[in-house]
Amino acid sequence: MTQYLSGILSLGLIYVIATVGLAVFTGFTGLFSLGHAAFFAIGAYTAAILTYFYGVNFYLALAAAGVMSGLVGFLIGYPTLKAKLRTDYFAIATLGFGEATRVLLENLSITQGARGLPGITNYTTLPVIIVIAALVIWVAWNFVHSRHGRAAIAIREDFVAAEMMGVNIFIGRLRSLIFSAACGGIAGGLFAHYFCFIQPSMFTAYMSTQLTAAVVAGGMGSISGPVMAALIFIGVPELLRVANIWRLVAYGLLLVLIMIFRPQGLLGYREISLSGIRDFFARFRKGARS
Amino acid sequence: MLSIRNLNVKYGQIHALHGISLEVETGRVVAVVGANGAGKTTLMMTLAGLLSPAGGEILFEGTALPKEAYKILGRGICLVPERRRLYANLTVRENLLMGAYLRKDKAGIAADLERMYDLFPIMRERIKQYAGTLSGGEQQMVAIARGLMSRPKLLLLDEPSLGLAPLMVQFMFKTIREINAEGVTVLLAEQNAFQALDMADDAFVLETGRVLVSGSGKELLENPLVRKAYLGVKH
Ligand SMILES: Nc1ncnc2c1ncn2[C@@H]1O[C@H](COP(=O)(O)OP(=O)(O)O)[C@@H](O)[C@H]1O
Ligand SMILES: [Mg+2]
Repeated sequence: MTQYLSGILSLGLIYVIATVGLAVFTGFTGLFSLGHAAFFAIGAYTAAILTYFYGVNFYLALAAAGVMSGLVGFLIGYPTLKAKLRTDYFAIATLGFGEATRVLLENLSITQGARGLPGITNYTTLPVIIVIAALVIWVAWNFVHSRHGRAAIAIREDFVAAEMMGVNIFIGRLRSLIFSAACGGIAGGLFAHYFCFIQPSMFTAYMSTQLTAAVVAGGMGSISGPVMAALIFIGVPELLRVANIWRLVAYGLLLVLIMIFRPQGLLGYREISLSGIRDFFARFRKGARS
Repeated sequence: MLSIRNLNVKYGQIHALHGISLEVETGRVVAVVGANGAGKTTLMMTLAGLLSPAGGEILFEGTALPKEAYKILGRGICLVPERRRLYANLTVRENLLMGAYLRKDKAGIAADLERMYDLFPIMRERIKQYAGTLSGGEQQMVAIARGLMSRPKLLLLDEPSLGLAPLMVQFMFKTIREINAEGVTVLLAEQNAFQALDMADDAFVLETGRVLVSGSGKELLENPLVRKAYLGVKH
């Protein structure tokens, strides 16, 4: 049982890493990526190939996974963000990128095509995941509260007004995308060495959608909201696995409930804070008394 | 300080500014007045580098104005846009810090924040409030303060009185004078012609993309053409 729970927590936290990355991009620049599973996949394959075929140290392989995905993020972001595609066109471009990446992985020889890579060593343990997730959240938090994060929000709120204050919109968006892609890559590397088997069909548009759903349901412009949402989205369906086909219904229901009761997401534009929690309970107590 | 010669700006087929020429001298408050659609905002956006001219010349302190918005800001021209355009989900303080985005002098930025709170004392109580929750007048104060945080030599103000209550309008014009007294040259676009002409040193009347008349603020207030068209005075 504890093994079962630690399994869910591991998977949940791997998703948290990727979701936090996407939250920095989508939640703070307002651009939607529907191909983020590709960064996850690129990281998974980069890390797995390095440890599996070349015997590279796991942590170096993880770093390489982040760098590789970040680099691909740069290559994808450069032309699309430079062209200042409208947000809907940008989303479609990323959708195409996600599918193209999967097809490529299915046809390369080093990835062993659709058969995938079995027998990857299980280096990813829960403590490793916890440390890396904490690190990624810490970096993301500092990033969005820095001058760069403010600039990203300004772009999201009103990009003409951001330009007025001297923000380079292209660089601001590209920086967030690269960070986001690198987080996806690290999550992918952890994932590969957790399941010990990867194949292209794991990294579909469904995974991309799940990541985006966690960011939107968790709340745009928030880090803590998407962290919670990612844990809920992975945790609830896994815990309901016994319920078999009904778990997907429960998942859908969860999304609908959030849309109805928290259209701004769990924590839209806000963060969990100690004073916020105090205020919440203070209101709660007052409400109970009156 | 700023000299504009034969400036043309188009939106596709729409010719918004037809060969405008005007001068802004250092240390003055210059008003551009004109009815809705005259081209005031187009002029302001072009000066800030957010629209590119179709022809003509803009010189700032003797050299050509750069094309990119951030370079123009770096040269010391900052626009406080029409309808404020604050970042609604950033706090008042964060909005002001965005104004100092290109600056690196931490101590100077902190000192300027204090100066802004002294200029607009109400803002001090609103530091942590999200800009989207402020009243119109408060938003205009934050917009002006955000612009000043870039330490401009020339401040462009596009309709700072828009949608404000009469008392607030008076306060805004008084503050613009104070800002000018501290050495910032001001170019002000206003539909509210009477008050703008009254407080401006120099003024230009814009009509459908052309400069109709120019002169000192007082002269234009007395000009029969201007009185008839903009001040609602019958002869
Ligand atoms: N984005 C735009 N696209 C097309 N035409 C525009 C646009 N903005 C303004 N115009 C036109 O340019 C002219 C000048 O507008 P504007 O500069 O906003 O005037 P003002 O600020 O004096 O009210 C108007 O005829 C207006 O319809
Ligand atoms: Mg206007």
